[in-house]
Amino acid sequence: MPNVISWELESEAIEIIREVAATAVKPVMLYSIGKDSSVMLRLAEKAFYPGPIPFPLMHIDTGWKFREMIAFRDQTARRVGFKLITYTNPRGALEGIGPITHGSAYHTDVMKTEALKQALDLHGFDVAFGGARRDEEKSRAKERIFSFRAPGHRWEPKAQRPELWNLYNTRINAGETIRVFPLSNWTEADIWQYIRQENIPIVPLYFAAKRRVVMRYGQWIMVDDDRLPLEPGEAPQIRMVRFRTLGCYPLTAAIESSALTIDEIVAETLGATTSERQGRIIDHDGAGSMERKKQEGYF
Amino acid sequence: MDTLRFITCGSVDDGKSTLIGRLLYETKLIFEDQLEALKADSRKFGTQGERLDFALLVDGLQAEREQGITIDVAYRFFATPRRRFIVADTPGHEQYTRNMATGASTAAAAVLLIDARKGVLTQTKRHSRIVSMLGIRHVALAVNKMDLVGWSEPVFDEIELAYRRFAEDLSFHTITTIPLSALEGHNIAEPGHTVMPWYEGTSLLQWLETVPTVDRDSARPFTMPVQWVNRPNLDFRGFSGRIASGSVKPGDPVRISPSGVATRIKEIVVWGDPNTEATTGQSVTLVLEDQVDTSRGDVIAAASHPVESADQFEADLFWMSEHALLPGRPYTALVHTKSANVVITHIKHRLDINTGAHLAAKTLALNEIATVNVSFDKLVPFASYLENKRLGAFIVIDKLTNETVGAGIIHFALRRSVNVHWQALEVTKAARAEMKHQWARCLWFTGLSGSGKSTIANLLEKRLHTDGKHTYILDGDNIRHGLNRDLGFTEADRVENIRRVAEVARLLVDAGLIVIVAFISPYRAERQFARNLFAPGEFLEVFVDTPLEECERRDAKGLYAKARRGELKNFTGIDSDYEPPQSAEIHLRTTGIAPESCVDQIIKVLRD
Repeated sequence: MPNVISWELESEAIEIIREVAATAVKPVMLYSIGKDSSVMLRLAEKAFYPGPIPFPLMHIDTGWKFREMIAFRDQTARRVGFKLITYTNPRGALEGIGPITHGSAYHTDVMKTEALKQALDLHGFDVAFGGARRDEEKSRAKERIFSFRAPGHRWEPKAQRPELWNLYNTRINAGETIRVFPLSNWTEADIWQYIRQENIPIVPLYFAAKRRVVMRYGQWIMVDDDRLPLEPGEAPQIRMVRFRTLGCYPLTAAIESSALTIDEIVAETLGATTSERQGRIIDHDGAGSMERKKQEGYF
Repeated sequence: MDTLRFITCGSVDDGKSTLIGRLLYETKLIFEDQLEALKADSRKFGTQGERLDFALLVDGLQAEREQGITIDVAYRFFATPRRRFIVADTPGHEQYTRNMATGASTAAAAVLLIDARKGVLTQTKRHSRIVSMLGIRHVALAVNKMDLVGWSEPVFDEIELAYRRFAEDLSFHTITTIPLSALEGHNIAEPGHTVMPWYEGTSLLQWLETVPTVDRDSARPFTMPVQWVNRPNLDFRGFSGRIASGSVKPGDPVRISPSGVATRIKEIVVWGDPNTEATTGQSVTLVLEDQVDTSRGDVIAAASHPVESADQFEADLFWMSEHALLPGRPYTALVHTKSANVVITHIKHRLDINTGAHLAAKTLALNEIATVNVSFDKLVPFASYLENKRLGAFIVIDKLTNETVGAGIIHFALRRSVNVHWQALEVTKAARAEMKHQWARCLWFTGLSGSGKSTIANLLEKRLHTDGKHTYILDGDNIRHGLNRDLGFTEADRVENIRRVAEVARLLVDAGLIVIVAFISPYRAERQFARNLFAPGEFLEVFVDTPLEECERRDAKGLYAKARRGELKNFTGIDSDYEPPQSAEIHLRTTGIAPESCVDQIIKVLRD
C-alpha cells in the first residue's frame, strides 16, 4: 500500500490527467519548473507508465527566470524525455519589457498572461494543465478542477460549470478551451511530503544556501544577474536563504532559512506562520489581483 | 491519518463562511500575512464593525466580497492532530444551488447551518434533500447565532424538533444537533459550557473528528470503469482506470461489461509498485490474460459479480440550467467513463421541496428535482447509486452550449428495454427502394414561418413525381391537425412535435420513399436528433433561408401580425428562438430567387 497521506490525492490527480488524455484533441502541460510542476510531471509519468507522456510540456519564459531554473528545466526534459516547448512573447522581447523597467503588473500581463494566450493559440491547444492549488489563494479556492475558458481565454468566475463527482465535462465549442488543475486538492505540505516520499528532483533554489540578496520592501530579493539595479544605499549581502515559491527573480522573495534537506523543508513548512504566496510580489498588486489576472487568462 | 470531505450548507446569511473562517482560525490554519490581509479587508468590506469578519477569509471572488454573499463553492483545507479536512463552503442563495450540489457530490458529511432566529427555511429543506439524494448519510445541524437568541434552550429545542420531523422521510443515518455561535466561537472547537450549560453534546470540531469518513466500498466486489487504453507499443496493452469498488490482484477472474467476455488479471501495472493488490480509489493499469476488445466506457468487474448493462433507467435528476429540461430532447450524458446520447422519456414526478409531495410535471426548471425515466442510445454498464456511487452517477450536458445542465443518480434499469426486441424484417429498406428505382431519402426543410418551405416542397414533389419517383410530404400544419393535434407551441411540445415527425419520416424512408419534411423545426438539438435516426447520407437538411423581415412582409397567414399584437405566444422569430443550421447540406437563399430555381438547386444535389 502506498503512503497513506497522499495516495488518494495521487490517484485523483492521475485520474484527472488520464481523463484529459482520453478526451482532449490537443492537450499540453504547462511547466513552470517549480515544485508543483515537478510533482505534476511525476504524476503524468505515473499516469501513462509504462508508456511515455502523450502530450508536450510547455514553458512560458518571461526572460526573468532564475538562471538555475532554466538549467534545471533543460536537464529535466533530457532526463524524463518529454517534448518541451518554450515560448517568449516576441512583442515583449522586442520592446525589452521587464519587471524593473515596466513594473511587476505590466511585466506579468505581457510576458506571462499575453504570452500564454499567444502560445496556446499558436499551437491550437484545447486543454492546458496547470499546477495551481486551491490552498494558494482565495480566488483559486473557488475554481473548478476543469476550468472552462470562453473564447479569448476569459475565466467567468460567476458562471462556472457545475462539477459533480469525478464526472468532468470536457466538451467545448470552437474557440473555447479548458484549464485543468490536477493538484487542486493538494496543500503546500502535501506537495513537500510527496516530493520527499517520491524523491522528486527539484530546483536547488528551494534549499537553503548562501546567496547574494538585497533587502527591498521588507523582503529578500536575490541578485541573480546584473540586471537588478541597486537603489541608493542598497548593498548586496550574503545570506543563508531559500525560496518557498519560484517565479521571476525580482518578483520572488527569499526567506531566511537553514533548511538543507527535504526533511528540514517539510519541518519548516509545517511550522510556517506565513503563507507561501507572501513571497510573490505580484499578488500584492491590489485586492483581487489574482482573480483579475485569471479572468484575463493568467493561470 | 484519514481525510474527511464535508460541506457547509444552509440558507443565505446563516453564517457558513463565518463558521469556516472560525474553524480555520481556531485550528491555527491562518497565516500571519493572511491575518493582516483579513484585518485590512474587515475594515474595508466587513460587516462586523471593529471585529474580524471571518467570512472574508473564504469569500474569494470580488463580487462576493462586494455583495457580502457567497456565489460559488470554495474549498479549504485544515487539519487537527486526528484528521485532515477538505471543506467545501457552499452558497446559500437558491440561484446558486448547483454550486452547492457541486460541493456536496464529493462530500461524506454535511454541516447544515440554521440561523437560530429564523429556524428551518425552504432553502434549508432544499439543501437537505440534495444532500440526502447525493447519498450523504451523516448530518450535523448547526444552530448558529445562538448569541442572538440569548443562548436559549427552548429556541434550540424547537428548531431541533421541527427539523427532525421534516427529515423523517430523508435517508440520513444520523442527525446531530449542535447549538453554536460562529461569530463568538462557542461550541466550535471548545464546548460552549460557559454560555450554554444546558447543552451536553459535542462541539462541532469534535463531531467532525469522529463522524465516519466516506465508505470505501473496499469490501464490495471489484469494479473498475475503463478510462483510457494504454497502448504505447505493440507489446503492451493495458486498461487504465480508477477502482470504483473492491480490490483486485493478479490471477483474479474478471468479466467485462457490456460484452460479457471473461478473462483473468495478468498484471497490475503501477509505477514502482508492480503486481501487488490494488484497492478502491486507486488509479491503476490492468493487463489482462487474453486479447479482449475493450475500450473506454466498459467496466471490468469480478467474474463472480459481473456488472449489469442496460439502456433505460429510472433515476433522480437535479436540474441546473435556466433552460428547462424538455422530455424528448436529446442531450449528452456521461456515466462514469461512458459518453452517450440520452433522452428523458418521462417525468414521473417532481418533488415538492417543502413537503416532499410528488407533483405532476411536463418540464423541469432550474433547481428542481424529479424522478424520471431516461433512455440511452447504447448499453451502459451501471450499478444503482446506492450500491456504487461511481457506477450510478451521471451528468447531463446540453448539446448546443456544452453546459452541464443536470445531475442524476440511477435507481434501477427498466426491463422494458430488454424485453422489447427489434423485429428483424427480411425485406429490407434497400430492396424496397430498389423496386422503385430510387434511393430512399429524407429531405428536411427548416426555416421561419412564411420562408417558403411548403411552396418549395410542393414544387419539388411535383418535379420528382413527374420523374417517376415515389415521394411523400410531411407538412407542419397538416400533421398538427392530426397526429400532433394534442401538442401546443411551448418549447416542450415543439420538441415532442419534431420527435414524432422524425420517427414517422424514418418509417417512410424505411418503406423506400423520398420523404420531404417541411417543419419550422427551430432547434438544432431536435434536427440533430432527427438526423441521428438515419443512415449517413440518407438525411439532407435543407435550410430555407429567408430573412425575418421578408417573412413578416409576406405574412401569408397573417400570423406575424397576430404575434406582434401579442395575440400569439411562442411565435418563432418573434418571442421564440430560431437556431439556424450551421452545416445544412442544402442552403437556399430565397431572396430575389424564384421557387423553381430553389427546386433546381435541390434536384442537382440529389442527382450528385
